[in-house]
Amino acid sequence: MREIAVVGFTQSPSLRREPDRNEVEILIPVIHELKQSLGLAGNQFDFVCSGSSDYLAGQSFAFVSGLDAVGAWPPVCESHVEMDGAWALYEAWLKLQMGYADTALVYGFGKPSMGDLPITMALQLDPYVNTPLWPDAVSLAALQARLLLDGGLVSEREMAERAVRDRKHAKSNPFAQVKGDFEVAKLLAEPHLVSPLRKHDCAPISDGASAVVLAAGDRARELCKRPAWIRGISHIVEPQDLGVRDLTRSRSTELAAAKAGVWRGPVDVAELSAPFTHQEILVERALGLGAKTTVNPSGGALAGNPMMAVGLSRIGEAARRIWDGSAGRAVAHATSGPCLQQNLVCVLEG
Amino acid sequence: MAELCGVIGIGQTKYQAARKDVSMAGLVREAAQRALEDAGCSWHDIDAVVLGKAPDMFEGVMMPELFLVDALGGAYKPMLRVHTAGSVGGSTGIVAASLVQAGVHERVLCVAYEKQSESNATWALSIAMPFSVATVAGAGGYFAPLVRGYMRRSGAPEDTGIRVAVKDRQNALKNPLAHLHLDDISFEKVASSPMLWDPIRYLETCPSSDGACAMVFASERVASRQGKPVAWIHATEMRSEPTMFSGRDQVIPRATLDNAASLYKKAGITKPREEIDCAEIYVPFSWFEPMWMEGMLITERNQGWKMTYEGATALDGDFPVNMSGGVLSSNPIGASGLIRFAESALQVRGMAGAHQVDGARRALGHAYGGGSQYFSTWIVANSKP
Repeated sequence: MREIAVVGFTQSPSLRREPDRNEVEILIPVIHELKQSLGLAGNQFDFVCSGSSDYLAGQSFAFVSGLDAVGAWPPVCESHVEMDGAWALYEAWLKLQMGYADTALVYGFGKPSMGDLPITMALQLDPYVNTPLWPDAVSLAALQARLLLDGGLVSEREMAERAVRDRKHAKSNPFAQVKGDFEVAKLLAEPHLVSPLRKHDCAPISDGASAVVLAAGDRARELCKRPAWIRGISHIVEPQDLGVRDLTRSRSTELAAAKAGVWRGPVDVAELSAPFTHQEILVERALGLGAKTTVNPSGGALAGNPMMAVGLSRIGEAARRIWDGSAGRAVAHATSGPCLQQNLVCVLEG
Repeated sequence: MAELCGVIGIGQTKYQAARKDVSMAGLVREAAQRALEDAGCSWHDIDAVVLGKAPDMFEGVMMPELFLVDALGGAYKPMLRVHTAGSVGGSTGIVAASLVQAGVHERVLCVAYEKQSESNATWALSIAMPFSVATVAGAGGYFAPLVRGYMRRSGAPEDTGIRVAVKDRQNALKNPLAHLHLDDISFEKVASSPMLWDPIRYLETCPSSDGACAMVFASERVASRQGKPVAWIHATEMRSEPTMFSGRDQVIPRATLDNAASLYKKAGITKPREEIDCAEIYVPFSWFEPMWMEGMLITERNQGWKMTYEGATALDGDFPVNMSGGVLSSNPIGASGLIRFAESALQVRGMAGAHQVDGARRALGHAYGGGSQYFSTWIVANSKP
């Protein structure tokens, strides 16, 4: 296997609503700043890959205009996944592994404020059986939380503790949307949004974009003093139907973690993309994280959740902790689909 | 460096206007099952699944791969979903191959589909967005001016497109899976069909089809043990450029020229017209055959129409194009690119049946999309590179 590292990362602020900018206008400064930070003018990337969703934009081929932000001229070797940017990073990693590229630009972007996100997500379900019932994304997550609470596997207090922790961490993240000092008792006194979930249990809806640069071997060392080497990256999908999988654990995260080699060493930092507090607990457990791991130093998805970029941002945030030396080994996680259906795990080392 | 990768299994559904007998899950499974049978392997042998399709609005399901996990045997395996506009079928094949070429997996199932009867593609392509230029033209309206531009530049005879339309529909009669089987196809019939988007006539356009195509990609270790012919991947390439900017040549875009040059270089091809035995090219409107003969550097600039005119691209010509009937005869959009790749692989495996090109050893598969701005191509051959 070739040595491949994350050497650059930029993001836009996570905002509940970007009123004045379309997706491309959100992306342009993100990609421009990334090129500048690495001293790369023009297009010096061997491969470009992005992740986005037509259904968030309400338009077919919404990703096509992303090329305008890349400045794809002369023409670029480029691809796109209808998935979070973390999976675009995986495709780029393959291209670098093949030896067809030494550098890759990866980006993800989404503007869910254009529509009603929880209801839009009902379109992800089986269109013949489930979508006609229009179960929104928050209600599906609430069913999962109820299963965990009734089984005594998670408490509402533990869930609120995740919100308090992530929002506190987010105070030092200028790009985060939900941040500050909160008290568990006060959060638990809040009314339910969709029982048993309260507002603090749900990630915000965010518009935003992020971008990452991958580089191989010596090219990575040229571009970055302390590259964040990808020691393992793996992703697994589960069946979608909620009735045929165990919702009280994240088996796909466990399998991906094993393949990515999470347990081959201590984990200093973990950046998780779980959009609900109880799911964050499930992912922590699936990754086997203990007290020695700092979870979500950026605040994670619960502090800023630009769909289609949020998973990629976790990889970028984890890499930043490697670059600045605050972590020797970090794990990043991304998810997709209802109730943690699909999960990606990436292990980074200094 | 990249590991060798071969195509060991190919499966396609019958293409038709509406497959009302199957759901989307049934459709993709039908193609996948056939590919597995061809490859002589079971669902358990597959390490990862890659799904490609065109815009989600074509069926009205957001990221449909998530609900298709079970139908594609993807549970507790890695699954990727590719979407690169009309070139997506080709890109899906390239991504699936890269999972093997990167040394990550041994056997990868690659599936692309479209079930156009579930929604309305022209509607899905014509949504007006705030602060954006709304073409509200569908694909035909978008491409007609590019065809007109080609005619003006090249001085091609006005009936070139008609000849392509007739040739591809004649080829389709030899392909039992093709959507259009027009037994009475003739020059007069195409010429007298209604003008839809001048200069594109009704019978010079692709149909709207339901269908799926699947392939099994394998490592050298696995593929070398197959008792059946293998299509070895010699090169893959992709290029993209922005839709609109001042001075952009939309007729023969630079992205296609760069893509072709890089593809042939990787495959060690210096004289493509002589060294490639046949090609499956993405031709959704008849005139794109001569245009891509130039765009893929098969012939000189402004000479592409002569290949059509002289019969070079016919099944018995010196450079057969779209032996299967092409996109003009079957167009499940998201799958159409992968069908080009699969049909090129069938040719070098010698398994194309009645539309087989005798002795085809090396073939080109091609897909394009967006506003003539996304290109994905490959070269496959009957021997290892």
